[in-house]
Amino acid sequence: MPEVLKAPLVVEFPFTRSLGPVQSAFLTGLRERLVLGVRTADGRTLVPPVEYDPVTAEELHELVEVAATGTVTTWAWNHAPRRGQPLATPFAWVLVRLDGAGTALLHALDAPGPDAVHTGMRVRIRWAENRTGAITDIACFEPHDGEPGRPGGERQESDGERVTGIVAPARLDYTYSPGRAQSAYIEALSTRRTVGERCPSCRKVYVPPRGACPTCGVPTAEQVEVGPRGTVTTFCIVNIKAKNLDIEVPYVYAHIALDGAGLALHGRIGGIPYDQVRMGLRVEPVWTDGARYPDHYRPTGEPDADYDAYKELL
Amino acid sequence: MTREETPGVRDIAIVAFAQTDVLRTTDELSEVEMLMPVLHSVLDRTGLKTADIGFTCSGSSDYLAGRAFSFTLALDGVGAWPPISESHVEMDGAWALYEAWTKLLTGDADTALVYSYGKSSPGSLRDVLTRQLDPYYVAPLWPDSVALAALQAQALIDAGEADESALATIGTRSRRVATLNSHAQLRGTVPQGDYAVRPLRTGDCPPVGDGAAAVILAAGERARELCSRPAWIRGIDHRIEAHSLGVRDLTDSPSTRLAAERAGVFERPVDTAELHAPFSAQEIVLRKALRLDDSVRVNLSGGALAANPMMAAGLIRMGEAAARIHRGESDRALAHATSGPCLQQNLVAVLEGDAR
Repeated sequence: MPEVLKAPLVVEFPFTRSLGPVQSAFLTGLRERLVLGVRTADGRTLVPPVEYDPVTAEELHELVEVAATGTVTTWAWNHAPRRGQPLATPFAWVLVRLDGAGTALLHALDAPGPDAVHTGMRVRIRWAENRTGAITDIACFEPHDGEPGRPGGERQESDGERVTGIVAPARLDYTYSPGRAQSAYIEALSTRRTVGERCPSCRKVYVPPRGACPTCGVPTAEQVEVGPRGTVTTFCIVNIKAKNLDIEVPYVYAHIALDGAGLALHGRIGGIPYDQVRMGLRVEPVWTDGARYPDHYRPTGEPDADYDAYKELL
Repeated sequence: MTREETPGVRDIAIVAFAQTDVLRTTDELSEVEMLMPVLHSVLDRTGLKTADIGFTCSGSSDYLAGRAFSFTLALDGVGAWPPISESHVEMDGAWALYEAWTKLLTGDADTALVYSYGKSSPGSLRDVLTRQLDPYYVAPLWPDSVALAALQAQALIDAGEADESALATIGTRSRRVATLNSHAQLRGTVPQGDYAVRPLRTGDCPPVGDGAAAVILAAGERARELCSRPAWIRGIDHRIEAHSLGVRDLTDSPSTRLAAERAGVFERPVDTAELHAPFSAQEIVLRKALRLDDSVRVNLSGGALAANPMMAAGLIRMGEAAARIHRGESDRALAHATSGPCLQQNLVAVLEGDAR
């Protein structure tokens, strides 16, 4: 069995999210070094604030200022910070109940080591230098020996617009492995061959193979080389140029049933005017140097295939 | 809900269960290649073919493999042509089982195939799981799954309900009993290790692994035809707590207790419990919420500390509990599944065998 293929796969996206009235006020407040909570009907103050009471589901809107000082309610020492976390040096994760709040906020505590941290310890917010209206405007917490802060006591008014949305970039790194069947398919392509797998039950040849027959629900293993020639089973004419695509429009995109395959692949048809492509056209792959798959398919010059020869593959 | 609350509804049972070995990596297998042997195994146990199944429901998460709609490719393993009645939950398969159970209750189907799978190995699971957190206040800080569990463990220690050696005992016991479970990933003696995130050591944390599981449900007489001792679902319920960790009492699991009440757990003693407690401290929280004393055999499979394939570990708890009833080793078992940080969501089922 050939070695299973692996490649890095990065999934990255800047999630753009709009805020409701309560979250908008809270994050605008953070930008001004002001922490806001929201009051529930029974008089609790939730920090961070939410739009609906987690107990009664009642809509909440009464914002109240709380202090930038507070008490650790629980903690965990993180000796090996990971990418994206608030501090690059070892720190404690903490839940902090700010003075004036009834619930706790999750953040990081900058402390010299785990012996310097305990539940019940007093801490204060260390504000980020550049604040944009995000939870990261709180750079972290730090130990605090002094008096409890005044609600709203650290406010720095700004004339910036109210924060109505956040952009939260997310990146996850994977090592992608396509599994046995698809690895074999890709390996074969590197020698310009196309291999499928035959279902032991219905005898259909799947290209590309995924290791299972979706009709019978059984594993496939028997490798079968198909093509290189094939038949156009159906096609469309593309008139709109895709961004970053270096192909002149109009061009033809087709389903191509390679000889011996039990279902059709996708491919572009070239070497023939777009308006002369037809069902039944016999085609062969055209490879370019260093390519991992055929650039396009061109007519072989053979007579067209009979409809009956490919009607099951439409 | 329990059957007793709704007279006239059908009896539904788990009639077969299968699972893969859970492995740290399965590079050589695509998701469907990993899943298919389990689907065949569970069908073989009942003699059913995919075409005989009335409803199919699966659980998985695309974030694990980092590919959109990966569950649709997994459907190849079921044989979805000609068309089948099918659904998917972006959750642990225990919740897919709940959906299948409701489908059978409607009478639209007599049998259901439930499967779930997770390949955690392609990514960094601790980072991947941050994406299930509140995207406004929490996810931008990237607190990983072990860190959040460590906050819960410290809260339990502060409350005087555990200490580090008590936590270590749970991990040690789980892996010791797992020596009898050939599917488990960590079996036998495993060093307690260094701190992962203090107070949790590596021994308090679940192994990261790939795996899949499947069960078959059947209603009424169909269940008796397919299984000599069906595991009847006497009650099943799931509950969720506030998303914000700072709102919750992390030393307790009121959602588990409420789900258990609604599933009828407390009406009569159970003899067996399969708890989905990925971190050692969570077993203490769950035992308290479920009022389990030493008379109950807890996690004879080794539980999630021995094997925790994401999206399948909860369904495996259902399957392990059911399999004990099938084998005559239990008469009334509790099965629990969790999802989300610090036991945020909890599902509880009561399974019973026919009187002997």
